[in-house]
Amino acid sequence: MATPEAQPRSENGREATDWLAAIKDAGFLALFTLGLAFPILVFRTRQDLSKGLVLDPRWELVATLVAIAFFARLGWLVFGGRISNAASSTATRIGETLAPLGEYKNVFRYGGLAFLIAYPFLAVLFTGPGGALKWIDNFGIQILIYVMLGWGLNIVVGLAGLLDLGYVAFYAVGAYSTALLSTHFGLSFWICLPLAGIFAAFWGILLGFPVLRLRGDYLAIVTLAFGEIIRLVLINWVELTNGASGISGIPRPTFFGLPFNASDSGFAAFFGLEFTPLHRLFFLFYLILALALLTNWVTIRLRRLPIGRAWEALREDEIACRSLGIDTVKTKLTAFSIGAMFGGFAGAFFAVRLGFISPKSFEFMESAVILSIVVLGGMGSQVGVAIAAVVMIGGTELLRELGWLKAVFGAGFDPTQYRMLLFGMAMVAMMVWRPRGLISKRDPSIILHEKRAIGGDLVKEGHG
Amino acid sequence: MANAAAHSGMAAATGLEPILRVEHLTMRFGGLLAVNDLSFDVARGQITALIGPNGAGKTTVFNCITGFYKPTVGRIALFSGGLQTDAAIEFVTNSPKRYRRTGEGAVFLLERMADSEIAAKANVARTFQNIRLFTGMTVLENLIVAQHNWLNRASGYSILGLIGAASFRNAEKMAVELAVAWLDRIGLTHRADDPAGALPYGDQRRLEIARAMCTGPVLLCLDEPAAGLNPRESADLNELLLSIKEGNGTSILLIEHDMSVVMEISDHIVVLEYGIKISDGTPDHIRNDPKVIAAYLGVEDEEVDEAEAELDK
Repeated sequence: MATPEAQPRSENGREATDWLAAIKDAGFLALFTLGLAFPILVFRTRQDLSKGLVLDPRWELVATLVAIAFFARLGWLVFGGRISNAASSTATRIGETLAPLGEYKNVFRYGGLAFLIAYPFLAVLFTGPGGALKWIDNFGIQILIYVMLGWGLNIVVGLAGLLDLGYVAFYAVGAYSTALLSTHFGLSFWICLPLAGIFAAFWGILLGFPVLRLRGDYLAIVTLAFGEIIRLVLINWVELTNGASGISGIPRPTFFGLPFNASDSGFAAFFGLEFTPLHRLFFLFYLILALALLTNWVTIRLRRLPIGRAWEALREDEIACRSLGIDTVKTKLTAFSIGAMFGGFAGAFFAVRLGFISPKSFEFMESAVILSIVVLGGMGSQVGVAIAAVVMIGGTELLRELGWLKAVFGAGFDPTQYRMLLFGMAMVAMMVWRPRGLISKRDPSIILHEKRAIGGDLVKEGHG
Repeated sequence: MANAAAHSGMAAATGLEPILRVEHLTMRFGGLLAVNDLSFDVARGQITALIGPNGAGKTTVFNCITGFYKPTVGRIALFSGGLQTDAAIEFVTNSPKRYRRTGEGAVFLLERMADSEIAAKANVARTFQNIRLFTGMTVLENLIVAQHNWLNRASGYSILGLIGAASFRNAEKMAVELAVAWLDRIGLTHRADDPAGALPYGDQRRLEIARAMCTGPVLLCLDEPAAGLNPRESADLNELLLSIKEGNGTSILLIEHDMSVVMEISDHIVVLEYGIKISDGTPDHIRNDPKVIAAYLGVEDEEVDEAEAELDK
C-alpha cells in the first residue's frame, strides 16, 4: 500500500505533507474492514421462541471495528516507522540477549537446573500446598512435556530438516502402547516406558520407509496424513482402544513399588510422611524433568557424533551428502526413529500422568503446537525450543489466570478462547521480526581454534 | 563389439592403464538425446578433461558416472587395484552383481550403483558446477562430514560415541588431522571455524575440492572447478590439481571451459559436441583438430547466415 511513500517522510518529521495520503490509505483500509465485517458481523442470528430466525443487527460493533482499523492504520502510517524500528530493535535485542546465554552456558545450565529441581518446593513455599498443585501440574509438568516433545521433534525438523506435521502420532503410539500394555498385561510403567519408545521408533521407521523419498511439501502432507491415520485408527478400532471414550484406569507409576496413596503400604506411610496428593505430583514432575533432560543430553551428544553432523549436512544439502557417500535414507530413518522414540517416551509419561487417555489428546493441533514451538524457538536450538515451550504453553496456561478481565470485557469473556488468536499473532510477529526463531545462531559441533556462532542467515532450514 | 576392441586398443596405444572405462554411454531424456554412444577411458593417475560447448552433455556424463543419473544404455566400469582385464569386466557384467572385489583389486559397474554407493564403495568423489558446500556448517565441519562413513563406523554407529569411548575420540582426532592437513594445503586453516558460506567464492571452490578429497577418492570428478575464478585463483587451482595428481596419486576427470586450466594441466582431453565425441587425445592433438576448432569457433560465414535466416523466420 502507500507505506513506502508515507513512512520515510514521517521519519523526516515532515508529517504535514503526508497527512492526506495517510488519511486516504487509512480510509481505504476502513472501507476494506467494512466490506469484510459486513457479511460476517453485522447480523447475529438466533432463534426466537417460535423457532423463527431473528437477526440482531450489531452496527455499533462494525462501526467500532472500522474506527479501530482507521485510526490504527493512521497511527501506523504516521508513527509506524518509529514503532516498527523500536519493535524490531527490541526483537533483535531480545535475540541478542538470549544469544549470549550460550556464552554463559555454565551459569545458565546449572542455574536453570537448580531452579528446575527446586521448582516444586518453591511452588509449595510461595503458594501453599493447595496453590502448588496448579503450579506444579499445569505449569511445571505441562510445560516440561512440551519441552520434551519440542526437543524430540527438533531432531527431525531442526537438525535433519525434515518437516514432520504428524509428530503427535508417535506421542499417541507411546501413550496407547503404555495404556494397553499396563491395563491388559499389568506391565509396570518402568517396563512400558522403554517399550513405548521402541514401538514409537518402530512406527517412525515404518512411516519413514515409504515417505523419505518425498521432499518438502510432499513429505509434510504425508506425515500429516499419517498422524490423522493413527488418530482415526485409535477412534475406530473400538475393540482394542475403546474408541473415542479412551482408556481409563491406567495404573499410576509407583515409587519403586510404593504407590502414591493413603494406604499403609503407600509412599507416605513408608517414609512416615503425612499423605498428600503433592507427593505424586512431585514424583511426576521429577520424572518428566528427567525424561526431558535425557532427551536433551542425547540430542546434544548426537549432534557432536558423525550421525548428528550427517543430519545437519542433510538439512544443508542432500545432493552434496550423497556425493560424499552418506546413505541419506539411513540417515533420515535414524532421525525419524530417534525423534519418534522420544515422542513415545513422552506419550508413556502422558498416559500415566492422568491415568486416562483418549484420541482427543492426539489431534493435529498438538502436532501444530509442537512444531510451532520448534519453529519459534529457532530450529536446531535446544535452549530456544525450551524458551518457546515455556512461553507458548506457559502463556496458554496463564490465560486461565486472567479471570479479572471479565470485569473489563463482561462476564461472557473467556480469555482462553483467544489462545489460538494469540498463537497466530505471536507467529506473525516472529515471522516479521525474527524469522529464524528466537535463537537462530548455530553452534558448531567441532572447533579447531575458537568457537564462533554461525548466523542464522547462512544455516539452511532443509526442504524435506 | 568392434568398437570395444578398438577401444582397448586405444588404451594400449597410450600405454596407460585405465581407471575408468566408459563404453557406449547413451543418455536420453524423453525425446532429447543428451549423450550418444560415448566411449572413452580415464587413465590412472592422470588428469583427463572433458570439454565441449555449452549443452554438449558434459555434466550429463558426469552425473551418469557419479550415479546421479542412470544411463539409458552403456557401461561405466571403474577399476581399483590391478583388476582391469576385459575378462574381469565381462565377468561382472554377466553376473547380477554391481561390483566384484578380489585379492588383486575390484571392478565396479557404476551404471548399476546408486550415487552414495559409488562415493562410498567405488571411492569416486565429485564437486558441482554450482558449489554445494554445507554453508551453515563450519569449514572444518564440512571436511569432517566428508569422512562420515568411517567415522560413523568408528563411533560404533553412535553407540560407542554416545558413551564417549576413547576409540571414537581417537578416530575423531585423526579425522581432524586429515581435515587440517587439507586446510593447510588450500590455505584456509585460519578460517576453519568460520561458516563455509561466509568464504569468498574462490575459497569455496577450493574447499569443495578439499572436501571431496577428504573422502579418500581414487577418482576425483570436478565439474567446472575454475568457473568464476580470477586468473590468479585459476593458477592456484592448477597447482592444487597437479599436487593432487602427483602427491595423492588420485586420477582426475574434469569438465572445464577455462582453456588456460585445461591446456596447462590435462594429460588427455575428450571433446564432446551435441552428446557425441568429436575428438579425443593429448592437448596438442586437440588444439590442432579442425573439428574442435569448428565446434568452438563456429564454421563458415555462409552457414552462420543460414542459421540466422532460420532464426528470423
